[in-house]
Amino acid sequence: MKKHQKITLALATATCSLIGGLPNAQAEISPDYGDWDVNAALLFYSEADRVKAIEPVISAKKQIDTDETVSLKLVLDSLTGASANGAVSTNIAQTFTRPSGNGTYTTSANETPLDDTFHDTRVAVSASWEMPLSRMDKLVLGGNISNEYDYTSIGVSSLFSRDINERNTTLSAGLSFASDSISPEGGTPNPFSEMLPAGDAGYSATRVDTSESKTTIDVLFGITQVIDKNSLLQFNYSFSQADGYLTDPFKVISVVDATTGIPIDYVTGVAIVPGTTLSQVVYENRPDSRTKHSMFTQYKRNFSGDVFDISYRYMFDDWEINSHTVDFKYRLKTSETTFWQPHVRFYQQSEAEFYKPYYLSGSQPTAGSKTEFATADYRLGEMNTMTLGIEYGHVYEDHGWSFAAEYYLQTSTEPDNKVGELNNQELSPDVDAFMLRFNYDF
Amino acid sequence: MRYIFIVLTVLSLSACSQWGVKPWERSVLAKPEMALDNAPLTSALDDHIYFSKEASSGGRGFGGGGCGCN
Repeated sequence: MKKHQKITLALATATCSLIGGLPNAQAEISPDYGDWDVNAALLFYSEADRVKAIEPVISAKKQIDTDETVSLKLVLDSLTGASANGAVSTNIAQTFTRPSGNGTYTTSANETPLDDTFHDTRVAVSASWEMPLSRMDKLVLGGNISNEYDYTSIGVSSLFSRDINERNTTLSAGLSFASDSISPEGGTPNPFSEMLPAGDAGYSATRVDTSESKTTIDVLFGITQVIDKNSLLQFNYSFSQADGYLTDPFKVISVVDATTGIPIDYVTGVAIVPGTTLSQVVYENRPDSRTKHSMFTQYKRNFSGDVFDISYRYMFDDWEINSHTVDFKYRLKTSETTFWQPHVRFYQQSEAEFYKPYYLSGSQPTAGSKTEFATADYRLGEMNTMTLGIEYGHVYEDHGWSFAAEYYLQTSTEPDNKVGELNNQELSPDVDAFMLRFNYDF
Repeated sequence: MRYIFIVLTVLSLSACSQWGVKPWERSVLAKPEMALDNAPLTSALDDHIYFSKEASSGGRGFGGGGCGCN
């Protein structure tokens, strides 16, 4: 009994000394993980006559243990300008009602109708935590919240990765979930209902709800392979399922005279004439689900300090859109601390199966139809885009900066079989944008 | 197109057994500019622009939602 008590006492003493000793021992072996590693960027984006945006971003990363980091990111996005409302241009000035149902805006003859009520500020915050699960396994957990005047998004993600083959191959698998809600000015419109004149008493009858929502689930599988001491290759497959309200509540489709191709007057029911109060347009409607598949590959190679970086993405979905994207960068090392980096990107997409640039009068679906789908949003039409850019940067031991200028051009395909006046109009004119970006790594 | 991609992927993966380096041969691959996404802020800004102007998103990472711009 006495012997047993002695053993118990000895064990208790040993345990206490272990517990008491742990913090000190840990403090002695704990490396100095340093301060937050801060990166910042500022983007200016400007389309001729359309959207302008200023987007500052700041991110901070801190190592909290061996191979374990936390990251925070804040994005502000200030948008002003005008965006295409989907209606066709014609040889007569056209008037449209603002999304709120109050007030109007007028588009000059032969100009693409642009809704100039477009202004918004978005704030997005995201955080991620990267942790080792074992010597070869890693997990990254992330969360983000984004808020703007009429739109809120909350998302979470996880990405697991495992190194195999002497760390020459990394397998990864990830899952993300996002829940978005939209509360557009004036509420969400009834599909295919007509835009009413400003202040019309029947306006609320064309509205379905004050807000709508959607969810998006993404699944990602990837493999990264080291090829040799200068190059590596990555393949990703991702699947994305979006369900809910995928319609753009601000986009409309013109109704035109079947012979002259001139938009119909909302009041008279015949082609508009100069001074008309409102062109007849109906609100668009998209399916309430979309399934996308993307395959992405990237190859990167170092040539005596220069870096060749090329990627290709193939995307297809059940809206019958498929797209090809090629992105190429070449980082030219001009000294131990400076580089130039030209950038070229080509993108091509086919149109959604329900893309409808306009309706011939009488062929538009009945207001409220939920079984028919149509959009005149050129972003779901057949399109090619090109980006050309150049970046110059300085990289020092503990900080660096770079400045980039880019030009972006969207070229859309004109619809076939246009009628009457539409043959004189460019329904999807080129859209080009200039971007300036400044990055600073503290 | 998708079949070409799959065939290329399989061929490339079958070559993986020949690929790889020893730990002491990683000095170039360890350079920051050789990270697959060596400028994540720039990538995020680009992804946001293209997400709002085109019908495709994601590929490199998650496509997700997060913006009323498309």
